[in-house]
Amino acid sequence: MSTMTSTLSRRRGGIAVQIALAALVTVYLWLFLQAQSQIEVGVLLVVGAAAVVLAGRLGLNRRIETAARTSPRAGTWCALVGALALIVAFYDVHYVLLMICTVLLFATACLGLTVQFGYVGVANFAGAAFFGIGSYTIAVLSTHTGIPHLLLIVVSGLVSAAIGSILILPVLRTRGHYAALVTIAFGILFRTFVEVNPVLGGPQGLRLPGISMFGYAFSDGLELFDQDVSFYVPYALLSLAIFGAAFAVIKSLERSWIGLSMDVVRTDETAAATFGIHIARWKVVAFMLGNFLAGVAGSVYGMMTGFVSPDNFTFSDSLLLVSIAVLGGLGNPLGLVPAAFIVLVLPQKLQFIQEYRFLFYAVVVIAILLFRPDGLLPRKTRLFFGKEVSR
Amino acid sequence: MNARKPLVQVEGLTMRFGGLTALDDLSLDIREGEVLGLLGPNGSGKTTFFNVLTGIYRASAGTIRFNDQVLSGLRPQEIYRAGIARTFQRSRLSLSLTVFDNIVIGDYQHLQHGLIFNLFRRSAFRAEYERAVEQVRQLLAIFSPPLLDRLFEPVGAFSMIDRRRIEVCRALMSRPQLLLLDEPSAGMTHDETHALMDDILEVRGKLKNLTIVLIEHEMNVIERITGRCIVFSYGRKIADGTYAEITADPVVQTAYLGEAA
Repeated sequence: MSTMTSTLSRRRGGIAVQIALAALVTVYLWLFLQAQSQIEVGVLLVVGAAAVVLAGRLGLNRRIETAARTSPRAGTWCALVGALALIVAFYDVHYVLLMICTVLLFATACLGLTVQFGYVGVANFAGAAFFGIGSYTIAVLSTHTGIPHLLLIVVSGLVSAAIGSILILPVLRTRGHYAALVTIAFGILFRTFVEVNPVLGGPQGLRLPGISMFGYAFSDGLELFDQDVSFYVPYALLSLAIFGAAFAVIKSLERSWIGLSMDVVRTDETAAATFGIHIARWKVVAFMLGNFLAGVAGSVYGMMTGFVSPDNFTFSDSLLLVSIAVLGGLGNPLGLVPAAFIVLVLPQKLQFIQEYRFLFYAVVVIAILLFRPDGLLPRKTRLFFGKEVSR
Repeated sequence: MNARKPLVQVEGLTMRFGGLTALDDLSLDIREGEVLGLLGPNGSGKTTFFNVLTGIYRASAGTIRFNDQVLSGLRPQEIYRAGIARTFQRSRLSLSLTVFDNIVIGDYQHLQHGLIFNLFRRSAFRAEYERAVEQVRQLLAIFSPPLLDRLFEPVGAFSMIDRRRIEVCRALMSRPQLLLLDEPSAGMTHDETHALMDDILEVRGKLKNLTIVLIEHEMNVIERITGRCIVFSYGRKIADGTYAEITADPVVQTAYLGEAA
């Protein structure tokens, strides 16, 4: 009886810790996103870094971890509420909402890379190409057909996965650096292909309409409680929904026999083969699933920006995606959000130091990897249902 | 003893790597239920034999029969499903994964692989998962009870002997007919080796039909647990008999110590 009450109170404590953390992070992000002056941004960066270091010193990190472990559901809800709160707080600021959408969509594409790099160990340096295939697919299909856009988003993901399947044979036959080279070649091929293809707009790219769903065109914007709400708000909600769904699926994947099989394939192919694991099957599943997610993210991004061009999907964009996946902590979906934030939002916020901002940003990335060589939030040892803490 | 029917029949097995012949027209039998020791100097082809038997290498010539099924040319995955499991000389566990993860994967053939099942039918998955945890616990209870309390710790945190135990459990998890142990004592102290052999004998006692083939350099290990030994030299079988017989064999002594001056 007493153990039951203590478990209950521990769970309550865990939930309280997570709510407090989510509130803190949300307020911090709110301050950061609306910060205009260089001093504000600078102070917030210093405060953020100090808070992280201090939390580590005081052992708060461990408390947060155990809290997350005792009540995993609470964390999900807190994150969701926090994200919604931010969207509501910036309901009329186009620029900030665009950044939020970009973070969510890039993080979605990086969930795909997490499965490919982090789980099964297949390198993919053509992430931006698969993202771009999604954008171009929806650009063509939305201008030339009347298929509902919600369906088109799924179709774009499928097309991305299908075109990616051209690479299956070379990816299965090569390993490590060589497989990476194959995907780099594909990325360049894709970009050149759209650049010289007049049907796809060539170097000028294509314009595309905004998303319409259930008879409502996102680009119309809307008015709620006598306030003009940015047309980015529906995109932000859609991006959040897509990221949330993809996150849930990837989490289940990790905590399943499939995730386990993929981990064994990555760590030791010989042992995997000896215990009957279908190496090719899991590589193909991971590769296709990853490219599907990149395609889905790319389609929404294309519709949101209203414009696709070959210059948006270069090799350096692929590297950007890879760096998010690595910086976040390879194999940990949760790390992608802060990593995407640092990689995508920080350079935007640092515009006051002009051309030095990329220098500063590079230093930040190197510093993070110096002090956290496994990324911001390193992947945890798998516990299938979170509670098996060695009895 | 000799009335037992052979579980594995190897005939004319040859494995060439470029100009090097690692297995040279090798023929031997493995009998059902025996513990067979494979001996021989370094580079005499013992591990190569395991790798050919488990399909990691494809033999240049010759046949392997297992329960009247021809294994030559099959992929490692198919050979595993036929009922052969092994450990490796250099530990091949996934160090970042837990003890449970590493052992349960040994039963890969009985885990459900469907995407829908794994991703969306989480309560059904959970039921299967809990069954699997129970199975792993039962196996560990027989083989290595101290590991039971550390089931969800990453393997990287364990000593060499525990890693070997985990590897053996992973191999046993699929309930194989034939267990291949590649130098289980490598890198362990004398006492650890002794403890591991106790464990293996314990498994032997409990699983009567299990056939074990073991590569080993430690002579006292061979003497203690094998019923029969085969000695390799330059990819050929040079002796076959009980421990007493092969150690008395002048051909074996020459292979190990060189020609008498």
